[in-house]
Amino acid sequence: MAEEPQCVFQLPPSSTAGGEGLTEVSPEITTPEPPSSAAVSPGTEEPAGDTKKKIDILLKAVGDTPIMKTKKWAVERTRTIQGLIDFIKKFLKLVASEQLFIYVNQSFAPSPDQEVGTLYECFGSDGKLVLHYCKSQAWG
Amino acid sequence: MHYPIGLLFDLLASSSALPWNITVHFKSFPEKDLLHCPSKDAIEAHFMSCMKEADALKHKSQVINEMQKKDHKQLWMGLQNDRFDQFWAINRKLMEYPAEENGFRYIPFRIYQTTTERPFIQKLFRPVAADGQLHTLGDLLKEVCPSAVAPEDGEKKNQVMIHGIEPMLETPLQWLSEHLSYPDNFLHISIIPQPTD
Repeated sequence: MAEEPQCVFQLPPSSTAGGEGLTEVSPEITTPEPPSSAAVSPGTEEPAGDTKKKIDILLKAVGDTPIMKTKKWAVERTRTIQGLIDFIKKFLKLVASEQLFIYVNQSFAPSPDQEVGTLYECFGSDGKLVLHYCKSQAWG
Repeated sequence: MHYPIGLLFDLLASSSALPWNITVHFKSFPEKDLLHCPSKDAIEAHFMSCMKEADALKHKSQVINEMQKKDHKQLWMGLQNDRFDQFWAINRKLMEYPAEENGFRYIPFRIYQTTTERPFIQKLFRPVAADGQLHTLGDLLKEVCPSAVAPEDGEKKNQVMIHGIEPMLETPLQWLSEHLSYPDNFLHISIIPQPTD
């Protein structure tokens, strides 16, 4: 029922490898580029090496958590869940003190230091990893 | 770290004498490396999430989802209070699999190495091969972490540790998963350099 995203956007690179805490986020994340100028290719310009290639993730809001108008993103495999949480919080302009939970399979919340590439390999389907995000604990 | 302490010992200190002397720091929390634990509830939530992830791999989450809230609580209380029977009365269900299968759907495992930056290796790996043969620990390592296993005639460069022991590489993975998993239902496997002395 939600509108389908037409293209895949590149998530800006993490400020440093592995995704930082909540303190430092690179400035470009606060002002996401408008869809027209963002890259529309699903990040295939990189070598097809297993670890280099970006993966597609689909972000879905749960409950009264604001939706993101762009739902599909291409991210580096080494980006951590914490890095993703920081990005979504910036994108939704949540204050740093607000919590954000990310769920896989609408069932478990991966630990913040887990890499999305690993989750994609274990729980991805149809070439993408579906993640639900929520401002409160949605699934135990 | 937020890893099980047995894993930390295998990974970082397996050659040290027991009991393990640890130093507790109260300043300069390494925010980049460790997860803060704001409360006891956060630890419980982390533990239960690990169990749910493991059951997603083992049974497509069917077993953990069929449990009641009180069963989940019993798993946590059993662990927290070091009451094995209390824990295992529920955990037993997570260790079952259909009689017509020869094991879980996938084995929940994580392989840690001190020599790499990546936190751990975790992939989909079935306990039974297409031809019906049981996959062994050696099969798993050859598939997902080939650098860890020495060639047939080569020198052994690494130790593969679980719970402070080196299980034989011929051990069926399903058996290891049932008997040497941590309480979170994952097999936490450490690859460490072979001691030189």
